[in-house]
Amino acid sequence: MIPAAFTYRRASTVDEALALLAQHGDDAKLLAGGHSLLPLMKLRFAAPEILIDMADVADLRYVRLDGDRVRIGALTRYHDLQHDGILLEHARLVAHAAGVVGDPQIRHRGTIGGSVAHADPAADVPAALLASDATLVIAGPSGSREVPIGGFFQGPFTTTLGADELLTEIVVPSKASQGWGFEKFTRRAIDWAIVGVAAVGGSVALINMAGTPIRAKAVEAALADGASIEDAAALTAEGTSPVDEAHAGAEYRKHLARVLTARALEQVAGRIPAGLA
Amino acid sequence: MKVNIEINGRATAEEVEDRTLLVHYIRDVVGLTGTNVGCDTTSCGACTVLLDGESVKSCTMLAAQADGHAVTTVEGLGANGELHPVQRAFREQHGLQCGFCTPGMMMASVSLLNENPKPSRDEVRAALEGNLCRCTGYHNIVSAVMDASVQEVEG
Repeated sequence: MIPAAFTYRRASTVDEALALLAQHGDDAKLLAGGHSLLPLMKLRFAAPEILIDMADVADLRYVRLDGDRVRIGALTRYHDLQHDGILLEHARLVAHAAGVVGDPQIRHRGTIGGSVAHADPAADVPAALLASDATLVIAGPSGSREVPIGGFFQGPFTTTLGADELLTEIVVPSKASQGWGFEKFTRRAIDWAIVGVAAVGGSVALINMAGTPIRAKAVEAALADGASIEDAAALTAEGTSPVDEAHAGAEYRKHLARVLTARALEQVAGRIPAGLA
Repeated sequence: MKVNIEINGRATAEEVEDRTLLVHYIRDVVGLTGTNVGCDTTSCGACTVLLDGESVKSCTMLAAQADGHAVTTVEGLGANGELHPVQRAFREQHGLQCGFCTPGMMMASVSLLNENPKPSRDEVRAALEGNLCRCTGYHNIVSAVMDASVQEVEG
């Protein structure tokens, strides 16, 4: 499979990328690791006329501690996130989620910003960031804006990112003192999650239980009221709208979500070491 | 566009369509057919090569993205008529049946051993999760990687 013809451009700075976006508008797409966009282009589900490769924008590849927050450049690869010392101390959930995306080859290419901007509801890292109360920094023609990640996702593959904007940074509050848990259920090792759960402290986010990653608000409220893990996890499916299709029906996904949430909360509580399940 | 890609230590410079995939550049433009195309959907790993020393799936990269970078294919593993330790170990341990997945398996294994020179059998299995063997010859493939890393084959 070969993509439809396009013109390849390489941006060397954020400003150069913004100028190309301003010039070409909806005809252009940004290329980060390319592991979501290129498969879509090969299937001709996407056919941009201009592809703007961000690979040379090296100053968007970093993890930095800034007081009680961790700043992550949008072009930082999964492979770098999963081994990063700052993340392993301050945002282990994010490091772990990055380390279970796809396979090693995919993690050598895929980026955190690419995953967030692509907004696949079955993706691992966006849910980990949602549970972590991350903030996104977005550059545009009139400067930079910050949005809480909870207000960013609008639906499957749809976000509030404008055609003339680009995601530059993800900011995660330090969770160094909080337990975390992550669970996902896949048919085969490298598949997307049928259902997944990312939890840190009292925050719980669900993968693939709606058109966007969502917080399990009923579970969080029950935990805040002192409910047991079993009782809180029983509320996981409230407010969800999972797809109902051949690989897994909606009721099955709701069941899975309850089971996986209980396991993730056991990890948060330290009763099962996180990352070993 | 004109791309400049170092392949197995040799500079290549060719005019290609912007949409040319790296695997097609390697196979059809440069003529190195050791790298196979399997699923063509980032799943099977048959097309795995090293980009600047790290494993990538060359069906999911543009040749344009590799412009200015160094690629290693299975043909670049051996040197001076000697097999690479991973190639030798795949032969010794019979880490292949039909052979189609083998170039990708070996490149993924080389990348693993660059990052983790003494993996456990479980770590080898996890590191090869992106490479499928339709003969299901995984046991001997894992043994080959253990052998290549100069460890007990059966852990």
